[in-house]
Amino acid sequence: MSESCKVSSERRGDVAILWTDGYINNQGGEEIAREAYVHLEQGARGLVLNLEKTRIVNSIGISILIEVLEKVMDRKGALAFCGLTPTIDKTFRIMGLAQYAEIYPTQEEAIRGVDAKTA
Amino acid sequence: MSIPVAPEMEIVATAQAAALGEYLGMTRDKIDEVKLALVEACINAFEHAHCRDEQLHLTFRLGQEPKGREWLEVEVLDKGKGFDKAAVEEPSIEKSFASHRKRGWGLQIIKSLMDEVQITSGGWGTRILMRKYK
Repeated sequence: MSESCKVSSERRGDVAILWTDGYINNQGGEEIAREAYVHLEQGARGLVLNLEKTRIVNSIGISILIEVLEKVMDRKGALAFCGLTPTIDKTFRIMGLAQYAEIYPTQEEAIRGVDAKTA
Repeated sequence: MSIPVAPEMEIVATAQAAALGEYLGMTRDKIDEVKLALVEACINAFEHAHCRDEQLHLTFRLGQEPKGREWLEVEVLDKGKGFDKAAVEEPSIEKSFASHRKRGWGLQIIKSLMDEVQITSGGWGTRILMRKYK
């Protein structure tokens, strides 16, 4: 049995979009971080994490997302989330993550939001 | 049911919770909240309890209040070393930023997602009882 998270990504200008599919636990979080850091190293200034195919993010996965957020903030970039289920949205707000990373309903809004912040 | 202390076993537990939530007619969002709370209770025990029997013991109950509100209750019991609730520090994202260690959110998430939570702990282990109304 495996609920491993698959991560794919694409660069659009200064923004990298990462799509997740599956359970974000420690392995899923690390997979996201690996992909995100490749894009940051290649000069991306903004990250959009589209979680529309993820229904559970556990606290270990979230702690890794906080590390990614820190790295983005250190580089004066911006990170945004989109496609969150109500439960993931609620969890991110409980944890205060939403104060530092915007949450948007759609991917296009997230890209526009990140673009505006990093312009 | 009992699950072994092993990677991703928490997902096995969530399937049971989801089936009961669906039977009760809970919304998908409420079922997701129960599932995440259960995941957090399980991984807390996996990581910190040092279970003597290498198992987590889960009990699922459905019930109804006298006024008619229906609920799903999940009990997570481990036979580990227990912990001091008073010593658990309140997490915050600012503390996470400042610290190398970014963990410690499990209990906060459980309390925020479930309607009622009781935690008892001692040298015998830890019991987390969580209830969600339909």
